[in-house]
Amino acid sequence: MCKDCGCGLPGDVAIDGVAVSETHQSHSHDHSHDHGQPHDHDHQHPQEHGHGHPHDHAHDHPHPDAHPARRMLSVEQGILEKNDRLAERNRGYFLAKNLFVLNVLASPGAGKTALIERTATDLGTRVRLGVIVGDLATENDAIRLRGRGIPAVQITTGSVCHLDAEMVSRAMERLDLNALDILIIENVGNLVCPAVYDLGESARVVLLSVTEGEDKPLKYPVMFQSAQVVVVNKTDIAAAVGFDRDAALRNIRRVAPHATIFEVSAKTGQGMESWYAHLRSHRERAPK
Amino acid sequence: MHEVSLMQDTVIIATRQAKDAGAQRIHRIMMRVGALSGAVPETLEFAFDIVAKGTMAEGATLEIERVPIRCYCPACAQEFEPPDFVCECTRCGQPSTDIRRGRELQVTSLEVS
Repeated sequence: MCKDCGCGLPGDVAIDGVAVSETHQSHSHDHSHDHGQPHDHDHQHPQEHGHGHPHDHAHDHPHPDAHPARRMLSVEQGILEKNDRLAERNRGYFLAKNLFVLNVLASPGAGKTALIERTATDLGTRVRLGVIVGDLATENDAIRLRGRGIPAVQITTGSVCHLDAEMVSRAMERLDLNALDILIIENVGNLVCPAVYDLGESARVVLLSVTEGEDKPLKYPVMFQSAQVVVVNKTDIAAAVGFDRDAALRNIRRVAPHATIFEVSAKTGQGMESWYAHLRSHRERAPK
Repeated sequence: MHEVSLMQDTVIIATRQAKDAGAQRIHRIMMRVGALSGAVPETLEFAFDIVAKGTMAEGATLEIERVPIRCYCPACAQEFEPPDFVCECTRCGQPSTDIRRGRELQVTSLEVS
């Protein structure tokens, strides 16, 4: 949380190593701040008297604020409303830029970066990819992607377990969106918290690697239920780890009957063609 | 533990509403939390005590109404409450993508003075 104002922006979030709090003045604060101290207020004293003398006269002073009655206020407001509003702003911006945006979610180690790396490399210049990558710490992923010639911005969240719409809107300022066809947002490795934060993406892609167990969709239903696409990764080692493919697909379809499923190995390239076809169908650069 | 962020936002919403209504203190915050909201009520309560400190909601009671998942089956033209997180019609067994309740994450009302 921002130390200055108590807004939702965590103080230790950084984009490409620059603390967001250092650029904090650029976002507008339209909320009121909360602090425990009561505000002093002046009383109008109709009589001219000093404050030192004993106050022993008999008549009552009415004091209407002494014990105000308790009352109910109807609120009916979504807790994520602020994030949702910012996400819609991002979405409108992406639409105006004609950009297809994916929010890629998975457990740590499921192969998110490997999938993005291979996808960007194989699609080459026909479909131009840029990446915003979120991690608690280190810029390793952005450095790894940039090493492949992929434009990448790193968000380090400090202790925050998810990306939110505001972090994305700040990170995207550091990418030339006009030079991209697809923006991939690699979320923090976590199958719980990022599920409820809309970032303004066009589609959600949830990865499940074969080493994680076939019942993962049943264990993390909120995440899988929110996916438009589920990618089963590391199929090259499925046999070695005794992966029950039928059970996994059945579980995905039970939780997310609407989702499109791809089975790939980002390492060997197996199955990647149909994933690419899916991406191309959304964003192929028109021949000039 | 995004429940801490969620409760920070809750306290911000509640204090703004209370101040707008001219109140000095918040005694009770009532919330609605769906089974598919991704938030754990017990964790929200734990986080609330921490984030409310030093605000006008300090010491307030948090009341959470839990909302179960309700899905709609177009074939049976009925709403149903799945026993778990899998929206399969309790009558015909068909999967449903029409989730009508369970995603709620709202502040519903406040008791203030």
